[in-house]
Amino acid sequence: MPELLMTYLPIAIFIGVALVIGLALMIAPFLVAVRNPDPEKVSAYECGFNAFDDARMKFDVRFYLVAILFIIFDLEVAFLFPWAVAFKEVGAFGFWSMMIFLGVLTIGFIYEWRKGALEWD
Amino acid sequence: MFPTTFETWWDYALWLALTVGASLLLLVSLLVIIAFLLLMDRKVWAAVQMRRGPNVVGPFGLLQSFADLLKFVLKEPVIPAGADKGVFLLAPLVTSVLALAAWAVIPVGSGIVISDLNVGILYLFAISSLGVYGIIMGGWASNSKYPFLGSLRSAAQMVSYEVSIGFVIITVLLLVGSLNMSAIVMSQKTGIGTAIGLPNSFLDWNWLVLFPMFVVFFISALAETNRPPFDLPEAESELVAGFMVEYSSTPYLLFMLGEYVAIVTMCALTTIMFLGGWLPPVDIWLLNWIPGPIWFLLKVTFVFFMFAMVKAMVPRYRYDQLMRLGWKVFLPLSLAMVVAVAAILHFGGLAP
Repeated sequence: MPELLMTYLPIAIFIGVALVIGLALMIAPFLVAVRNPDPEKVSAYECGFNAFDDARMKFDVRFYLVAILFIIFDLEVAFLFPWAVAFKEVGAFGFWSMMIFLGVLTIGFIYEWRKGALEWD
Repeated sequence: MFPTTFETWWDYALWLALTVGASLLLLVSLLVIIAFLLLMDRKVWAAVQMRRGPNVVGPFGLLQSFADLLKFVLKEPVIPAGADKGVFLLAPLVTSVLALAAWAVIPVGSGIVISDLNVGILYLFAISSLGVYGIIMGGWASNSKYPFLGSLRSAAQMVSYEVSIGFVIITVLLLVGSLNMSAIVMSQKTGIGTAIGLPNSFLDWNWLVLFPMFVVFFISALAETNRPPFDLPEAESELVAGFMVEYSSTPYLLFMLGEYVAIVTMCALTTIMFLGGWLPPVDIWLLNWIPGPIWFLLKVTFVFFMFAMVKAMVPRYRYDQLMRLGWKVFLPLSLAMVVAVAAILHFGGLAP
């Protein structure tokens, strides 16, 4: 078997075995437990009230902003991974290019901080 | 043990059977260990509050978690009428399976690993990022206000701390120069301690040389796994139980299981990156004689004990404080540490 398959196939098998365990646990109560649903039991939980309107309501734009910021910084971390592994090989050129990249990113970070994108109040 | 040359179909079948067996062995032992760690969590919490904790099922309540499992299986699974049924049932499955999937690359001893992936820590980082999907799916599919708000909070919190965890991993990688988990452990055989002439000991591990990052990682791991003091997604006093409100029976159990597996994964990651994995604390024959997986388990239990103590002692954060800590303290701090570590390695000529 090729090297690639030898290292990645066990992971797929492992996830498969984990899936079987999860599915077994998931299906078990549907087979053994008593099921007796009534309209009150299956209604949405809202502290005794009937639900006023659809639960999928408008939400604060800041959650969206956090997701966007996360993408920027997570991508940056993804760029840093190969750089960190080959740190010795890339030498002074690699070190200074990454420092410039991080510097540009820090300017962006200061900008978003000053703009108030990180405030939650 | 595993055949490496494949000539007949028999070799393939043997390899497949051994891989499935090894996976099953690791998963079952992991779940049993988690059952006892869960009990330990409750016992530690009870002891801090001067209670007894679970002590009825079995001697000292040792079988409590197994009784809980049985109870969950025998409870009625309620699916809300307004819920998106497929996604509603898929969500806990996704959470628990993804949490378990991380263990495919974690070496519990020298060479004792399902797949010694050369990009192991990248895989782990990717899988732990995916964990947020289960929570978002659960909160959305429930079609109820509390789960929806809880899942939004949880997603924002998890992605915020994911970033600082990423930077901490980068600082460790700069010292190690490899993405392979076993290589990360083996690189901790030598370090500060051996540099000043001491024999191999716990002073060589990364926790000492990267101490600020060790603290940042520990706190980020608490936030990443929704542990107290950062358990805002399920803050009982405001959101009832967050994204898990509408779940009952084993779908709920799978969420809890996924959460605890994620916590133990974070403990294992702390052990591998900062506490020397399966290496004994001092290099003498008596401690070397104890097998690696035992050391690994002891260290994971120790980190888990710290998680439990934090849960027992620290009051819950407010949401704006949580976001402030993640974005305005940990992110600049860990970014500065990446630059500092890189500069020291570069100008000191210490790069591995």
